[in-house]
Amino acid sequence: MTMTDTPLNLVGAVLTLLGSMFLFLGALGIIRMPDLYNKMQAGTKATTLGNILTLMGLGLLMPGWLPKIVLIILFVLITNPISSHALARAAHKSGLPLAEGSVLDQLREDEEAIAAFEAEAETVSGKKVDG
Amino acid sequence: MVDLILKAALVFAGMGVALATFQLLRGQDAPNRAVALDVLTLITMPLLVGLAIHAGRIIYLDVALVYAVLAFLGVVALARYYDRGI
Repeated sequence: MTMTDTPLNLVGAVLTLLGSMFLFLGALGIIRMPDLYNKMQAGTKATTLGNILTLMGLGLLMPGWLPKIVLIILFVLITNPISSHALARAAHKSGLPLAEGSVLDQLREDEEAIAAFEAEAETVSGKKVDG
Repeated sequence: MVDLILKAALVFAGMGVALATFQLLRGQDAPNRAVALDVLTLITMPLLVGLAIHAGRIIYLDVALVYAVLAFLGVVALARYYDRGI
């Protein structure tokens, strides 16, 4: 259907264009980035922003539908970080390597520190039982 | 003017769908495919809303909402499977 050129429609169309650019850049990011964690960085943050901008722009084109579209936006805003976090955690837990030149892996450092602490606690308590 | 801008936006979203589908098919391993699937569903959602506006039927918005729910569940299920098996 054809839209009239009211200012509100123009703002909505420009928002839609901006959001679809972010969607395209997110899709480009998952091809260009070197490892899974960087891909997730590009593929979930950029596309979440693009998704929200696009839906907001389309909602401005049809102001009567805005409540339902805001519902979809809220759902995406809440669930997308959860799913990407679950995916990144599963990948890290199964030992997927970081890209060449990565300098920091704080989750592995924390896990190693916890493991060392538990091993030390076990030896201390073992000595107590022996003595 | 508005129609022209919307067509440009459709072209960008279509290119995004093409790239995400390419990555989904190429997919070096399972998590990469899962990320590509996540991105693909996130791009498809606004396309569904645009289709609803094009058709002028508000009931089609429910399709986008249910699609969002199913995409979330699918990615979480894939992550669980990759983590420790279902």
